[in-house]
Amino acid sequence: MTAKLSLRDVVVRRGEAEILRVPQFDVAAGEVLAVLGPNGAGKSTLLQVLALLERPAEGDVRLDGEPVRGRELSLRRRMAAVFQEPLLLDRTVEANVELGLSLRGVPRGERAARVRRWLARFQIDGLARRSGRHLSGGEAQRVSLARAFVLEPEVLLLDEPFSALDQPTRESLGNELAGVLAETGVTAVFVTHDRDEAARLAHRVAVLAGGQIRQVGPTAEVFTRPADETVAAYVGVGTVEPAKVLESAGGLVVLQVGSSRVEAVAEGFTANEALLCLRPEDIVLAPGDAAVPSSARNHLRGVVQQVTTLGAEVRVHADCGFPLVASITRRSMEELGLEIGSPITASFKATAVHLIPLNR
Amino acid sequence: MGLIWDGVREAFRILGSGDREVWEITLRSLLVSGSATGLALVIGIGVGAALAFRRFPGRNLAVTLVNTGMGLPPVVVGLVVAIMLWRSGPLGSLNLIYTPAAMVIAQTVIAAPLVTGFTVAALGALPPRLRPQLYALGASRLQMLWLVLQEARLPLLAAIMAGFGAAVSEVGASLMVGGNLGGETRVLTTAVVLAARRGEFAPAIALSIILLTLVFLVNLVLTGVQLRERQS
Repeated sequence: MTAKLSLRDVVVRRGEAEILRVPQFDVAAGEVLAVLGPNGAGKSTLLQVLALLERPAEGDVRLDGEPVRGRELSLRRRMAAVFQEPLLLDRTVEANVELGLSLRGVPRGERAARVRRWLARFQIDGLARRSGRHLSGGEAQRVSLARAFVLEPEVLLLDEPFSALDQPTRESLGNELAGVLAETGVTAVFVTHDRDEAARLAHRVAVLAGGQIRQVGPTAEVFTRPADETVAAYVGVGTVEPAKVLESAGGLVVLQVGSSRVEAVAEGFTANEALLCLRPEDIVLAPGDAAVPSSARNHLRGVVQQVTTLGAEVRVHADCGFPLVASITRRSMEELGLEIGSPITASFKATAVHLIPLNR
Repeated sequence: MGLIWDGVREAFRILGSGDREVWEITLRSLLVSGSATGLALVIGIGVGAALAFRRFPGRNLAVTLVNTGMGLPPVVVGLVVAIMLWRSGPLGSLNLIYTPAAMVIAQTVIAAPLVTGFTVAALGALPPRLRPQLYALGASRLQMLWLVLQEARLPLLAAIMAGFGAAVSEVGASLMVGGNLGGETRVLTTAVVLAARRGEFAPAIALSIILLTLVFLVNLVLTGVQLRERQS
Protein backbone atom coordinates (compact mmCIF):
# COMPACT_ATOMS: atom_id res chain seq x y z
CA MET A 1 0.00 0.00 0.00
CA THR A 2 1.36 3.44 -0.92
CA ALA A 3 0.59 5.71 1.99
CA LYS A 4 -0.43 9.18 0.87
CA LEU A 5 -0.59 10.52 4.39
CA SER A 6 0.83 8.86 7.46
CA LEU A 7 1.75 9.33 11.08
CA ARG A 8 4.77 7.78 12.77
CA ASP A 9 5.17 7.63 16.57
CA VAL A 10 2.98 10.69 17.04
CA VAL A 11 2.29 11.92 20.57
CA VAL A 12 0.19 15.00 21.36
CA ARG A 13 0.08 16.45 24.86
CA ARG A 14 -1.97 19.16 26.53
CA GLY A 15 0.12 20.30 29.44
CA GLU A 16 1.06 17.14 31.27
CA ALA A 17 -1.74 15.04 29.81
CA GLU A 18 -1.09 12.84 26.79
CA ILE A 19 -4.16 13.04 24.59
CA LEU A 20 -3.02 11.19 21.48
CA ARG A 21 -0.52 8.41 20.91
CA VAL A 22 -0.37 6.91 17.42
CA PRO A 23 2.60 4.65 16.65
CA GLN A 24 1.53 4.15 13.05
CA PHE A 25 -1.33 5.40 10.91
CA ASP A 26 -1.47 5.22 7.12
CA VAL A 27 -4.01 6.57 4.69
CA ALA A 28 -3.64 5.01 1.24
CA ALA A 29 -3.80 7.15 -1.88
CA GLY A 30 -7.38 7.41 -3.09
CA GLU A 31 -9.03 5.82 -0.09
CA VAL A 32 -11.69 7.28 2.20
CA LEU A 33 -10.86 6.45 5.79
CA ALA A 34 -13.37 7.16 8.56
CA VAL A 35 -12.14 7.80 12.08
CA LEU A 36 -14.84 6.72 14.52
CA GLY A 37 -14.82 7.26 18.23
CA PRO A 38 -16.66 8.70 21.20
CA ASN A 39 -16.45 12.37 22.23
CA GLY A 40 -13.09 13.16 23.76
CA ALA A 41 -11.39 10.21 22.06
CA GLY A 42 -8.93 12.51 20.30
CA LYS A 43 -10.53 12.40 16.83
CA SER A 44 -10.40 16.13 16.19
CA THR A 45 -6.85 16.34 17.53
CA LEU A 46 -5.86 13.55 15.14
CA LEU A 47 -7.40 15.51 12.27
CA GLN A 48 -5.66 18.72 13.37
CA VAL A 49 -2.35 16.89 13.29
CA LEU A 50 -3.09 15.38 9.86
CA ALA A 51 -4.17 18.81 8.55
CA LEU A 52 -0.82 20.23 9.75
CA LEU A 53 -2.65 22.63 12.04
CA GLU A 54 -1.10 21.20 15.19
CA ARG A 55 2.47 20.05 15.52
CA PRO A 56 2.76 16.88 17.63
CA ALA A 57 5.06 16.88 20.65
CA GLU A 58 6.74 13.78 19.22
CA GLY A 59 6.74 11.94 15.93
CA ASP A 60 6.22 12.80 12.29
CA VAL A 61 3.43 13.51 9.85
CA ARG A 62 4.39 12.33 6.37
CA LEU A 63 2.96 13.21 3.00
CA ASP A 64 3.97 10.85 0.20
CA GLY A 65 6.41 9.28 2.65
CA GLU A 66 8.31 12.51 3.35
CA PRO A 67 8.20 14.17 6.81
CA VAL A 68 6.39 17.49 6.59
CA ARG A 69 8.34 19.39 9.25
CA GLY A 70 9.36 22.84 7.99
CA ARG A 71 7.19 22.61 4.85
CA GLU A 72 3.80 22.96 6.56
CA LEU A 73 2.48 25.94 4.59
CA SER A 74 3.29 24.59 1.13
CA LEU A 75 1.96 21.13 2.05
CA ARG A 76 -1.20 22.56 3.63
CA ARG A 77 -1.83 24.12 0.23
CA ARG A 78 -2.04 20.60 -1.22
CA MET A 79 -4.77 19.73 1.27
CA ALA A 80 -8.22 20.99 2.20
CA ALA A 81 -10.28 20.66 5.35
CA VAL A 82 -13.97 20.89 6.16
CA PHE A 83 -14.97 21.39 9.77
CA GLN A 84 -18.19 21.03 11.72
CA GLU A 85 -18.69 24.81 11.66
CA PRO A 86 -18.49 26.15 8.09
CA LEU A 87 -17.13 29.50 9.42
CA LEU A 88 -17.77 31.39 6.22
CA LEU A 89 -16.29 34.85 5.96
CA ASP A 90 -18.32 38.04 5.81
CA ARG A 91 -18.33 38.16 2.00
CA THR A 92 -20.33 36.59 -0.81
CA VAL A 93 -20.66 32.83 -1.25
CA GLU A 94 -18.66 33.15 -4.46
CA ALA A 95 -15.85 35.01 -2.71
CA ASN A 96 -15.84 32.46 0.10
CA VAL A 97 -15.41 29.59 -2.36
CA GLU A 98 -12.71 31.52 -4.18
CA LEU A 99 -10.71 32.35 -1.05
CA GLY A 100 -8.38 29.33 -0.95
CA LEU A 101 -7.55 29.80 -4.63
CA SER A 102 -6.68 33.48 -4.04
CA LEU A 103 -4.46 32.51 -1.10
CA ARG A 104 -2.62 30.13 -3.46
CA GLY A 105 -2.20 32.82 -6.09
CA VAL A 106 -4.29 31.04 -8.75
CA PRO A 107 -4.91 33.42 -11.71
CA ARG A 108 -8.25 35.24 -11.71
CA GLY A 109 -9.66 33.64 -14.87
CA GLU A 110 -8.95 30.12 -13.65
CA ARG A 111 -10.37 30.96 -10.23
CA ALA A 112 -13.68 32.11 -11.70
CA ALA A 113 -14.07 28.99 -13.84
CA ARG A 114 -13.29 26.61 -10.99
CA VAL A 115 -15.59 28.45 -8.58
CA ARG A 116 -18.47 28.31 -11.10
CA ARG A 117 -17.97 24.58 -11.63
CA TRP A 118 -18.00 23.71 -7.91
CA LEU A 119 -20.87 26.04 -7.04
CA ALA A 120 -22.88 24.21 -9.69
CA ARG A 121 -21.67 20.77 -8.49
CA PHE A 122 -23.01 21.45 -5.00
CA GLN A 123 -26.14 23.14 -6.41
CA ILE A 124 -25.42 26.51 -4.80
CA ASP A 125 -24.84 28.55 -7.98
CA GLY A 126 -28.07 30.39 -7.16
CA LEU A 127 -26.50 31.59 -3.88
CA ALA A 128 -23.30 32.93 -5.48
CA ARG A 129 -24.03 36.59 -4.69
CA ARG A 130 -25.57 35.99 -1.26
CA SER A 131 -23.61 36.84 1.87
CA GLY A 132 -21.93 33.85 3.48
CA ARG A 133 -23.46 35.02 6.76
CA HIS A 134 -27.08 34.65 5.63
CA LEU A 135 -27.35 30.95 4.79
CA SER A 136 -29.04 27.97 6.39
CA GLY A 137 -26.84 25.34 8.05
CA GLY A 138 -27.13 23.00 5.06
CA GLU A 139 -26.38 25.76 2.53
CA ALA A 140 -23.38 26.94 4.54
CA GLN A 141 -21.98 23.42 4.70
CA ARG A 142 -22.43 23.04 0.92
CA VAL A 143 -20.40 26.24 0.50
CA SER A 144 -17.80 24.83 2.86
CA LEU A 145 -17.58 21.61 0.79
CA ALA A 146 -17.36 23.58 -2.48
CA ARG A 147 -14.65 25.77 -0.89
CA ALA A 148 -12.64 22.61 -0.15
CA PHE A 149 -13.20 20.73 -3.43
CA VAL A 150 -12.49 23.81 -5.59
CA LEU A 151 -8.89 23.53 -4.36
CA GLU A 152 -8.67 20.09 -6.03
CA PRO A 153 -6.74 18.87 -2.99
CA GLU A 154 -4.60 15.77 -2.87
CA VAL A 155 -5.90 15.11 0.63
CA LEU A 156 -9.27 16.11 2.04
CA LEU A 157 -9.84 16.15 5.80
CA LEU A 158 -13.38 16.28 7.14
CA ASP A 159 -14.14 16.82 10.84
CA GLU A 160 -17.76 15.88 11.57
CA PRO A 161 -19.00 18.16 8.77
CA PHE A 162 -22.63 17.12 9.13
CA SER A 163 -23.02 16.76 12.89
CA ALA A 164 -24.78 20.13 13.29
CA LEU A 165 -27.30 19.44 10.51
CA ASP A 166 -30.79 17.99 10.70
CA GLN A 167 -31.25 14.37 9.65
CA PRO A 168 -32.70 14.86 6.12
CA THR A 169 -30.06 17.49 5.20
CA ARG A 170 -27.41 15.26 6.68
CA GLU A 171 -28.48 12.32 4.55
CA SER A 172 -28.80 14.23 1.29
CA LEU A 173 -25.48 16.02 1.78
CA GLY A 174 -23.85 12.75 2.84
CA ASN A 175 -25.00 11.11 -0.39
CA GLU A 176 -23.71 14.04 -2.45
CA LEU A 177 -20.37 13.91 -0.67
CA ALA A 178 -20.13 10.16 -1.31
CA GLY A 179 -20.72 10.86 -5.01
CA VAL A 180 -18.10 13.61 -5.20
CA LEU A 181 -15.56 11.54 -3.27
CA ALA A 182 -16.04 8.68 -5.72
CA GLU A 183 -15.82 11.03 -8.76
CA THR A 184 -12.69 12.83 -7.64
CA GLY A 185 -10.94 9.84 -6.07
CA VAL A 186 -9.41 12.20 -3.53
CA THR A 187 -7.67 10.71 -0.49
CA ALA A 188 -9.94 11.56 2.42
CA VAL A 189 -10.00 11.21 6.20
CA PHE A 190 -13.47 11.61 7.64
CA VAL A 191 -13.89 12.06 11.39
CA THR A 192 -17.33 11.17 12.69
CA HIS A 193 -19.13 9.64 15.62
CA ASP A 194 -21.88 8.41 13.32
CA ARG A 195 -21.45 4.71 12.45
CA ASP A 196 -23.90 4.85 9.56
CA GLU A 197 -22.08 7.78 8.00
CA ALA A 198 -18.78 5.93 8.35
CA ALA A 199 -20.27 2.77 6.84
CA ARG A 200 -21.74 4.73 3.91
CA LEU A 201 -18.71 6.84 3.04
CA ALA A 202 -15.58 4.97 4.03
CA HIS A 203 -13.50 2.18 2.51
CA ARG A 204 -11.76 1.65 5.83
CA VAL A 205 -12.52 2.59 9.40
CA ALA A 206 -10.22 3.44 12.29
CA VAL A 207 -11.67 3.35 15.79
CA LEU A 208 -10.08 5.80 18.20
CA ALA A 209 -10.65 5.65 21.96
CA GLY A 210 -8.70 7.22 24.81
CA GLY A 211 -6.29 8.81 22.36
CA GLN A 212 -5.25 5.50 20.82
CA ILE A 213 -6.25 3.77 17.61
CA ARG A 214 -7.81 0.52 18.71
CA GLN A 215 -8.46 -0.98 15.31
CA VAL A 216 -8.06 -0.07 11.63
CA GLY A 217 -9.47 -2.15 8.81
CA PRO A 218 -12.02 -2.47 6.04
CA THR A 219 -15.34 -1.08 7.22
CA ALA A 220 -17.21 -4.42 7.13
CA GLU A 221 -14.42 -6.17 9.03
CA VAL A 222 -14.23 -3.60 11.83
CA PHE A 223 -18.02 -3.60 12.17
CA THR A 224 -18.37 -7.39 12.32
CA ARG A 225 -15.04 -8.45 13.81
CA PRO A 226 -14.10 -5.83 16.44
CA ALA A 227 -10.68 -6.23 18.02
CA ASP A 228 -11.76 -5.51 21.58
CA GLU A 229 -14.70 -4.67 23.81
CA THR A 230 -14.37 -0.89 23.33
CA VAL A 231 -14.42 -1.20 19.55
CA ALA A 232 -17.30 -3.68 19.76
CA ALA A 233 -19.35 -1.27 21.84
CA TYR A 234 -18.56 1.61 19.54
CA VAL A 235 -19.27 -0.06 16.22
CA GLY A 236 -22.72 -1.10 17.39
CA VAL A 237 -22.21 -4.72 18.37
CA GLY A 238 -25.27 -4.98 20.61
CA THR A 239 -24.35 -8.15 22.46
CA VAL A 240 -20.93 -8.45 24.08
CA GLU A 241 -20.88 -11.22 26.69
CA PRO A 242 -18.16 -13.25 28.41
CA ALA A 243 -18.16 -16.88 27.28
CA LYS A 244 -16.37 -20.08 28.28
CA VAL A 245 -15.10 -22.40 25.54
CA LEU A 246 -16.53 -25.91 26.01
CA GLU A 247 -15.33 -27.54 22.78
CA SER A 248 -13.31 -26.41 19.82
CA ALA A 249 -12.84 -28.65 16.84
CA GLY A 250 -12.75 -28.24 13.06
CA GLY A 251 -13.29 -24.50 13.28
CA LEU A 252 -16.51 -24.88 15.25
CA VAL A 253 -16.41 -23.58 18.83
CA VAL A 254 -19.07 -24.43 21.39
CA LEU A 255 -19.39 -21.88 24.18
CA GLN A 256 -21.20 -21.53 27.46
CA VAL A 257 -22.68 -18.04 27.61
CA GLY A 258 -24.65 -17.41 30.78
CA SER A 259 -26.90 -20.41 31.04
CA SER A 260 -27.03 -21.02 27.25
CA ARG A 261 -24.88 -22.83 24.75
CA VAL A 262 -23.80 -21.07 21.59
CA GLU A 263 -21.98 -22.42 18.52
CA ALA A 264 -19.57 -20.20 16.66
CA VAL A 265 -17.37 -20.59 13.60
CA ALA A 266 -13.85 -19.48 14.53
CA GLU A 267 -10.92 -21.00 12.67
CA GLY A 268 -7.87 -21.69 14.82
CA PHE A 269 -9.47 -20.36 18.00
CA THR A 270 -7.39 -21.57 20.98
CA ALA A 271 -8.44 -19.46 23.95
CA ASN A 272 -10.42 -20.90 26.88
CA GLU A 273 -12.41 -17.78 27.47
CA ALA A 274 -13.75 -15.21 25.08
CA LEU A 275 -16.05 -12.27 24.60
CA LEU A 276 -18.94 -13.24 22.38
CA CYS A 277 -19.99 -10.48 19.96
CA LEU A 278 -23.24 -10.47 18.03
CA ARG A 279 -24.58 -7.66 15.86
CA PRO A 280 -28.30 -6.92 16.46
CA GLU A 281 -29.15 -7.21 12.75
CA ASP A 282 -27.74 -10.78 12.60
CA ILE A 283 -30.37 -12.07 15.03
CA VAL A 284 -33.79 -13.25 13.84
CA LEU A 285 -36.64 -13.28 16.36
CA ALA A 286 -39.73 -15.47 16.32
CA PRO A 287 -42.54 -15.41 18.85
CA GLY A 288 -42.92 -18.35 21.22
CA ASP A 289 -40.92 -21.59 21.06
CA ALA A 290 -40.82 -22.13 17.30
CA ALA A 291 -37.71 -20.82 15.56
CA VAL A 292 -37.91 -19.31 12.08
CA PRO A 293 -36.86 -22.10 9.68
CA SER A 294 -33.30 -21.30 8.57
CA SER A 295 -29.80 -22.70 8.35
CA ALA A 296 -28.90 -20.98 11.64
CA ARG A 297 -27.22 -23.30 14.14
CA ASN A 298 -28.21 -21.30 17.20
CA HIS A 299 -31.80 -21.10 18.44
CA LEU A 300 -32.15 -19.68 21.96
CA ARG A 301 -35.37 -19.36 23.88
CA GLY A 302 -35.89 -16.26 25.93
CA VAL A 303 -38.15 -13.51 27.16
CA VAL A 304 -38.39 -9.90 25.96
CA GLN A 305 -37.05 -7.61 28.69
CA GLN A 306 -37.01 -4.18 27.07
CA VAL A 307 -37.99 -2.57 23.78
CA THR A 308 -36.36 0.60 22.44
CA THR A 309 -37.66 2.36 19.35
CA LEU A 310 -35.04 4.13 17.18
CA GLY A 311 -37.04 5.61 14.29
CA ALA A 312 -38.10 2.77 11.99
CA GLU A 313 -35.88 0.33 13.89
CA VAL A 314 -36.73 -1.39 17.16
CA ARG A 315 -34.10 -2.78 19.54
CA VAL A 316 -35.38 -5.79 21.45
CA HIS A 317 -33.44 -6.68 24.61
CA ALA A 318 -34.14 -10.28 25.60
CA ASP A 319 -32.95 -12.65 28.30
CA CYS A 320 -31.83 -15.80 26.47
CA GLY A 321 -29.71 -17.18 29.28
CA PHE A 322 -27.62 -14.07 28.75
CA PRO A 323 -28.65 -10.53 27.71
CA LEU A 324 -29.09 -10.39 23.94
CA VAL A 325 -29.95 -7.41 21.73
CA ALA A 326 -31.75 -7.90 18.42
CA SER A 327 -32.85 -5.38 15.83
CA ILE A 328 -36.13 -5.66 13.93
CA THR A 329 -38.30 -3.23 12.03
CA ARG A 330 -41.19 -1.56 13.75
CA ARG A 331 -43.53 -3.31 11.35
CA SER A 332 -42.11 -6.74 12.24
CA MET A 333 -42.51 -5.84 15.89
CA GLU A 334 -46.21 -5.18 15.34
CA GLU A 335 -46.70 -8.30 13.18
CA LEU A 336 -44.95 -10.52 15.72
CA GLY A 337 -46.98 -8.95 18.52
CA LEU A 338 -43.90 -8.66 20.74
CA GLU A 339 -44.05 -6.83 24.04
CA ILE A 340 -42.23 -6.94 27.35
CA GLY A 341 -42.60 -10.42 28.82
CA SER A 342 -43.29 -12.12 25.45
CA PRO A 343 -41.55 -15.47 24.98
CA ILE A 344 -39.30 -15.49 21.88
CA THR A 345 -36.81 -17.66 20.08
CA ALA A 346 -33.67 -15.91 18.86
CA SER A 347 -31.85 -17.52 15.94
CA PHE A 348 -28.43 -16.66 14.55
CA LYS A 349 -25.80 -18.32 12.44
CA ALA A 350 -22.59 -19.66 13.91
CA THR A 351 -20.77 -17.44 11.39
CA ALA A 352 -22.49 -14.35 12.81
CA VAL A 353 -20.73 -14.86 16.14
CA HIS A 354 -17.41 -13.09 16.54
CA LEU A 355 -15.13 -14.14 19.39
CA ILE A 356 -12.56 -11.94 21.06
CA PRO A 357 -10.08 -14.18 22.90
CA LEU A 358 -9.58 -13.27 26.55
CA ASN A 359 -6.72 -15.67 27.31
CA ARG A 360 -4.69 -18.06 25.24
CA MET B 1 -26.89 84.82 28.50
CA GLY B 2 -25.69 87.85 26.55
CA LEU B 3 -22.10 86.70 26.89
CA ILE B 4 -22.97 83.35 25.33
CA TRP B 5 -25.06 84.74 22.44
CA ASP B 6 -22.55 87.43 21.63
CA GLY B 7 -19.84 84.77 21.71
CA VAL B 8 -21.72 82.44 19.38
CA ARG B 9 -22.56 85.28 16.93
CA GLU B 10 -18.94 86.43 16.89
CA ALA B 11 -17.78 82.81 16.49
CA PHE B 12 -19.85 82.35 13.33
CA ARG B 13 -18.51 85.66 12.02
CA ILE B 14 -14.93 84.40 12.54
CA LEU B 15 -15.76 81.10 10.88
CA GLY B 16 -17.44 82.84 7.96
CA SER B 17 -14.58 85.29 7.49
CA GLY B 18 -12.13 82.47 6.78
CA ASP B 19 -9.66 83.64 9.44
CA ARG B 20 -6.29 82.30 8.33
CA GLU B 21 -5.02 81.53 11.83
CA VAL B 22 -8.16 79.55 12.70
CA TRP B 23 -7.84 77.33 9.63
CA GLU B 24 -4.11 76.90 10.20
CA ILE B 25 -4.79 75.70 13.74
CA THR B 26 -7.51 73.37 12.45
CA LEU B 27 -5.23 71.87 9.81
CA ARG B 28 -2.45 71.40 12.38
CA SER B 29 -4.91 69.65 14.73
CA LEU B 30 -5.94 67.32 11.92
CA LEU B 31 -2.36 66.56 10.96
CA VAL B 32 -1.11 65.99 14.51
CA SER B 33 -4.10 63.92 15.67
CA GLY B 34 -4.42 62.08 12.32
CA SER B 35 -0.73 61.09 12.45
CA ALA B 36 -1.06 60.02 16.09
CA THR B 37 -4.16 57.94 15.24
CA GLY B 38 -2.30 56.31 12.32
CA LEU B 39 0.66 55.42 14.54
CA ALA B 40 -1.67 54.22 17.30
CA LEU B 41 -3.41 51.95 14.76
CA VAL B 42 -0.14 50.36 13.68
CA ILE B 43 0.96 49.81 17.30
CA GLY B 44 -2.51 48.99 18.66
CA ILE B 45 -3.47 46.46 15.97
CA GLY B 46 -0.08 44.73 16.21
CA VAL B 47 -0.07 44.53 20.01
CA GLY B 48 -3.83 43.81 20.09
CA ALA B 49 -3.47 40.89 17.66
CA ALA B 50 -0.59 39.46 19.69
CA LEU B 51 -2.62 39.74 22.92
CA ALA B 52 -5.74 38.27 21.31
CA PHE B 53 -4.06 35.31 19.61
CA ARG B 54 -1.00 34.41 21.63
CA ARG B 55 -0.89 32.68 24.98
CA PHE B 56 2.14 33.59 27.06
CA PRO B 57 2.97 34.03 30.73
CA GLY B 58 1.89 37.47 31.89
CA ARG B 59 -0.75 37.86 29.17
CA ASN B 60 -3.50 38.67 31.66
CA LEU B 61 -1.30 41.31 33.29
CA ALA B 62 -0.59 42.79 29.84
CA VAL B 63 -4.31 42.95 29.01
CA THR B 64 -4.99 44.60 32.39
CA LEU B 65 -2.25 47.16 31.69
CA VAL B 66 -3.78 47.92 28.27
CA ASN B 67 -7.21 48.34 29.84
CA THR B 68 -5.70 50.65 32.45
CA GLY B 69 -4.00 52.55 29.63
CA MET B 70 -7.39 53.15 28.02
CA GLY B 71 -8.10 55.57 30.87
CA LEU B 72 -4.65 57.14 30.96
CA PRO B 73 -4.86 60.82 32.13
CA PRO B 74 -3.44 62.95 29.27
CA VAL B 75 -1.69 65.25 31.70
CA VAL B 76 0.30 62.32 33.12
CA VAL B 77 1.21 61.22 29.59
CA GLY B 78 2.24 64.80 28.86
CA LEU B 79 4.42 64.92 31.94
CA VAL B 80 6.20 61.63 31.12
CA VAL B 81 6.73 62.54 27.44
CA ALA B 82 7.91 66.03 28.43
CA ILE B 83 10.46 64.57 30.85
CA MET B 84 11.67 62.14 28.18
CA LEU B 85 12.00 64.87 25.54
CA TRP B 86 13.23 67.62 27.86
CA ARG B 87 16.57 69.01 26.75
CA SER B 88 18.35 67.32 29.65
CA GLY B 89 16.08 64.22 29.43
CA PRO B 90 16.94 60.79 27.96
CA LEU B 91 15.73 61.77 24.47
CA GLY B 92 16.62 65.47 24.76
CA SER B 93 19.21 65.24 21.99
CA LEU B 94 16.37 64.69 19.50
CA ASN B 95 15.26 68.31 20.07
CA LEU B 96 11.61 67.39 19.83
CA ILE B 97 10.20 69.22 22.85
CA TYR B 98 7.73 71.98 21.83
CA THR B 99 7.38 70.60 18.31
CA PRO B 100 4.36 69.02 16.56
CA ALA B 101 6.33 65.73 16.58
CA ALA B 102 6.33 65.77 20.39
CA MET B 103 2.56 66.27 20.32
CA VAL B 104 2.19 63.34 17.91
CA ILE B 105 4.20 61.16 20.30
CA ALA B 106 2.10 62.17 23.31
CA GLN B 107 -1.20 61.68 21.49
CA THR B 108 0.00 58.30 20.16
CA VAL B 109 0.69 57.20 23.75
CA ILE B 110 -2.86 58.28 24.67
CA ALA B 111 -4.58 56.65 21.66
CA ALA B 112 -2.56 53.43 21.34
CA PRO B 113 -3.99 51.69 24.46
CA LEU B 114 -7.52 52.52 23.22
CA VAL B 115 -6.84 51.01 19.79
CA THR B 116 -5.12 48.00 21.43
CA GLY B 117 -8.02 47.42 23.80
CA PHE B 118 -10.61 47.65 21.03
CA THR B 119 -8.51 45.34 18.82
CA VAL B 120 -8.21 42.70 21.57
CA ALA B 121 -11.99 42.83 22.05
CA ALA B 122 -12.75 42.78 18.29
CA LEU B 123 -10.44 39.86 17.51
CA GLY B 124 -11.45 38.03 20.69
CA ALA B 125 -15.08 38.14 19.53
CA LEU B 126 -14.28 36.21 16.33
CA PRO B 127 -15.02 32.46 16.39
CA PRO B 128 -12.02 30.68 17.93
CA ARG B 129 -11.98 28.10 15.12
CA LEU B 130 -11.68 30.78 12.40
CA ARG B 131 -7.89 30.95 12.46
CA PRO B 132 -7.34 27.18 12.03
CA GLN B 133 -9.95 27.26 9.26
CA LEU B 134 -8.02 30.00 7.45
CA TYR B 135 -4.73 28.14 7.87
CA ALA B 136 -6.44 25.01 6.53
CA LEU B 137 -7.52 27.01 3.48
CA GLY B 138 -3.83 27.66 2.83
CA ALA B 139 -3.34 31.07 4.45
CA SER B 140 0.13 32.11 5.55
CA ARG B 141 0.44 33.83 8.93
CA LEU B 142 0.24 37.29 7.31
CA GLN B 143 -2.68 36.32 5.08
CA MET B 144 -4.48 34.94 8.14
CA LEU B 145 -3.91 38.20 10.05
CA TRP B 146 -5.14 40.30 7.12
CA LEU B 147 -8.28 38.14 6.76
CA VAL B 148 -9.17 38.24 10.46
CA LEU B 149 -8.67 42.02 10.51
CA GLN B 150 -11.05 42.27 7.56
CA GLU B 151 -13.54 40.10 9.43
CA ALA B 152 -13.27 42.36 12.48
CA ARG B 153 -13.36 45.57 10.39
CA LEU B 154 -16.58 46.91 11.92
CA PRO B 155 -15.45 46.84 15.55
CA LEU B 156 -12.01 48.02 14.39
CA LEU B 157 -13.66 51.14 12.95
CA ALA B 158 -14.78 51.84 16.51
CA ALA B 159 -11.11 51.65 17.49
CA ILE B 160 -10.27 54.33 14.91
CA MET B 161 -13.09 56.55 16.18
CA ALA B 162 -12.04 56.13 19.81
CA GLY B 163 -8.36 56.69 19.00
CA PHE B 164 -8.94 59.84 16.93
CA GLY B 165 -11.49 61.16 19.43
CA ALA B 166 -9.04 60.77 22.32
CA ALA B 167 -6.14 62.30 20.38
CA VAL B 168 -7.90 65.34 18.97
CA SER B 169 -9.71 66.25 22.20
CA GLU B 170 -6.88 65.96 24.70
CA VAL B 171 -5.32 69.19 25.90
CA GLY B 172 -3.05 68.48 28.86
CA ALA B 173 -0.38 66.55 27.01
CA SER B 174 -0.34 68.89 24.00
CA LEU B 175 0.12 71.89 26.26
CA MET B 176 2.98 70.27 28.15
CA VAL B 177 4.98 68.88 25.22
CA GLY B 178 3.91 71.37 22.52
CA GLY B 179 3.96 74.56 24.54
CA ASN B 180 1.06 76.11 22.60
CA LEU B 181 3.39 78.18 20.42
CA GLY B 182 1.42 80.30 17.94
CA GLY B 183 2.07 79.26 14.35
CA GLU B 184 4.03 76.18 15.48
CA THR B 185 2.35 73.95 18.02
CA ARG B 186 -1.00 75.58 18.66
CA VAL B 187 -3.87 73.19 18.02
CA LEU B 188 -7.63 73.53 18.53
CA THR B 189 -7.71 72.43 22.18
CA THR B 190 -4.74 74.48 23.33
CA ALA B 191 -6.01 77.51 21.38
CA VAL B 192 -9.38 77.23 23.16
CA VAL B 193 -7.62 77.14 26.54
CA LEU B 194 -5.55 80.20 25.66
CA ALA B 195 -8.50 82.21 24.35
CA ALA B 196 -10.70 81.33 27.33
CA ARG B 197 -7.92 82.24 29.74
CA ARG B 198 -7.72 85.69 28.10
CA GLY B 199 -11.49 86.10 28.35
CA GLU B 200 -11.82 86.00 24.53
CA PHE B 201 -14.84 83.72 24.44
CA ALA B 202 -15.86 84.31 20.83
CA PRO B 203 -12.73 82.73 19.29
CA ALA B 204 -12.86 80.02 22.01
CA ILE B 205 -16.43 79.17 20.97
CA ALA B 206 -15.52 79.30 17.27
CA LEU B 207 -12.61 76.91 17.79
CA SER B 208 -14.79 74.64 19.95
CA ILE B 209 -17.42 74.50 17.20
CA ILE B 210 -14.71 73.48 14.70
CA LEU B 211 -13.39 70.83 17.12
CA LEU B 212 -16.85 69.35 17.66
CA THR B 213 -17.60 69.45 13.92
CA LEU B 214 -14.33 67.69 13.19
CA VAL B 215 -15.03 64.88 15.65
CA PHE B 216 -18.62 64.70 14.39
CA LEU B 217 -17.57 64.45 10.74
CA VAL B 218 -14.98 61.72 11.37
CA ASN B 219 -17.54 59.71 13.34
CA LEU B 220 -20.22 60.37 10.72
CA VAL B 221 -18.05 58.93 7.95
CA LEU B 222 -16.97 55.90 10.00
CA THR B 223 -20.48 55.22 11.30
CA GLY B 224 -21.77 55.48 7.72
CA VAL B 225 -19.22 52.86 6.64
CA GLN B 226 -20.22 50.61 9.56
CA LEU B 227 -23.93 50.86 8.77
CA ARG B 228 -23.42 50.25 5.06
CA GLU B 229 -21.33 47.17 5.85
CA ARG B 230 -23.92 45.85 8.28
CA GLN B 231 -26.75 46.32 5.80
CA SER B 232 -24.83 44.59 3.01
